[in-house]
Amino acid sequence: MTATADTYETPDGRTIGGKVLEMRNITLRFGGVVAIKDISFDIREGEIRAIIGPNGAGKSSMLNVINGFYHPQEGEIWFHGEKRKPMKPYQIAKQGIARTFQNIALFKGMSTLDNIMTGRFNQMKTNMLAQMLWKGPAEREEVENREIVEKVIDFLEIQAIRKTPVGALPYGLQKRVELGRALAAQPKLLLLDEPMAGMNVEEKEDMSRFILDVNDEFGTTIALIEHDMGVVMDISDRVVVMDYGKKIGDGTPDEVINNQDVIDAYLGVDHG
Amino acid sequence: MLYREAGDYKKSYAEDSQTFPLKLDRYGYYAILAIAFLVVPFVINDYWASAVLIPFLIWSIASLGLNILTGYCGQVSLGTGGFMAVGAYASYKLMTSFPDLNIMIIVLLSGAITASVGVLFGLPSLRIKGFYLAVATLAAQFFLVWLFNKVEWFYNYSASGQISAPTRSMLGFEVTGPAASASAKYLFCLVLVVLFAWIARNLTRGRIGRSWMAIRDMDIAAEIIGVNPLKTKLTAFAVSSFFIGVAGALFFAVYLGAVEVGEAFGIQKSFLVLFMIIIGGLGSVLGSFIGAAFLVLMPVLLKNIMVIRLGWPGDLAGHLELVIIGGIIMLTLVLEPHGIAQIWRVTKQKLRLWPFPH
Repeated sequence: MTATADTYETPDGRTIGGKVLEMRNITLRFGGVVAIKDISFDIREGEIRAIIGPNGAGKSSMLNVINGFYHPQEGEIWFHGEKRKPMKPYQIAKQGIARTFQNIALFKGMSTLDNIMTGRFNQMKTNMLAQMLWKGPAEREEVENREIVEKVIDFLEIQAIRKTPVGALPYGLQKRVELGRALAAQPKLLLLDEPMAGMNVEEKEDMSRFILDVNDEFGTTIALIEHDMGVVMDISDRVVVMDYGKKIGDGTPDEVINNQDVIDAYLGVDHG
Repeated sequence: MLYREAGDYKKSYAEDSQTFPLKLDRYGYYAILAIAFLVVPFVINDYWASAVLIPFLIWSIASLGLNILTGYCGQVSLGTGGFMAVGAYASYKLMTSFPDLNIMIIVLLSGAITASVGVLFGLPSLRIKGFYLAVATLAAQFFLVWLFNKVEWFYNYSASGQISAPTRSMLGFEVTGPAASASAKYLFCLVLVVLFAWIARNLTRGRIGRSWMAIRDMDIAAEIIGVNPLKTKLTAFAVSSFFIGVAGALFFAVYLGAVEVGEAFGIQKSFLVLFMIIIGGLGSVLGSFIGAAFLVLMPVLLKNIMVIRLGWPGDLAGHLELVIIGGIIMLTLVLEPHGIAQIWRVTKQKLRLWPFPH
């Protein structure tokens, strides 16, 4: 693999395309604290890109920069070959970036179906008057989007809990519904913040399979933060390693795992 | 056994998401509509109209409105009384300035005017939440009542400071003024209630309703999905105030006939509507009706029992009534925070299986 080439082949034979998102020299400060320091990396079309690092390394801050919760003091973000102006999170969502949260952020008072239907918000266009009348355009649009949502529900195998309020669901299923809500938007770039946190081995296997299937079937570009090294090494194509807000490694899982800085960050340096 | 789904097949997503998915519910709804439109107008008398039915219908519209804002969008408002006053004074100014305008159009225009006032007072909701927003809307309540007292233009410089509704007719029947018949007033309100309940249901079941609930449940997650928080909250304020303004216009023009703002639209009215949606059920169209029925009927019922049946003095009964209603509100909050509508939902689940336990 060469870093300058426009495309590259993965070991399992998939061709990864050009840059979807490029972060150039991003620096993010909170007062005197530097959360992210001069980091550059790119995410390419169709790849699964992992961001790893010890606690407090700035991984979640990086996702928050990508979807617009934080605005970096320095640096540029390029999305699909265009420099992105500072935007609100909902404007970035309209551009096709969806995400899940580390601590589940579902709409607790709504059913699974309604939660995932909410993911279709950007694709639904009927105006208020049509919504009031319901019969006609609003109902037609609702049914069209329901069909897409039902495909997501089938895909994630959550048919049985369609009408259950999500607050009543166990943790693993809630994580799955949240993934479904992000998938329903049919995003160009899917950000997953610790999709496997707090799961047992079986649930982790399920989630890994869903992530791989999403990437495989829909060709969705995925960036994920994860602490489980086994999972990261198994499913990701390229890995960014952060520590104390700095990038200390970037490359395929094999390259990263043999990087001395990365080993030092995770295992500590012998000062003796 | 009573609420069976077996044999009630859904063949399309439209059928699956209809308002009354069960046949029994659907027919019950049609039956209630038929009785309300075809039977009640012929048997109604002045007592039933003015003590029970018309206030119930008007408060239903108000609590539907507040439920959209508080129950569905999660923005607590204590400005309901003030917004009702806006509707009432808007309808008064419209009635006196344009005597030829149809009363239905006047009522709807009053709603539109209230909607724009509601949007104005909804602007702080972008920055403040919960209790702080409640206090901001409380300011709206006091400011609006003060405004309608202070600025004489609003009551056409009348010496008493009151406004009174001139006579207006709809389809040849007088619906406002002293000579309006009980059944005409009732039907006028009923048509508006059915219309607004239908609109509330349609708005809350689709894209807009889901964006309201998303803001209510988790505003950060709503934003990353693409929901614009300011626009969504202001839409809720607008729709809610429209409903409340219509209720205010009806309360003044059809129900009371003459109004003094501090007395008719004071802070107690804001709390009354808030209690209606809490008791009835937050985030439920049915709950708005149950809450309105409860708080309109309860005082009438208690008064009937205590004063007429038991012969207790009126002031004692009045105080006891407050105690009892306050107690019921606390009980609902503790036992079933989702209100009577939730109790009804649970009962329906039980009825499906009855008489079997599983």
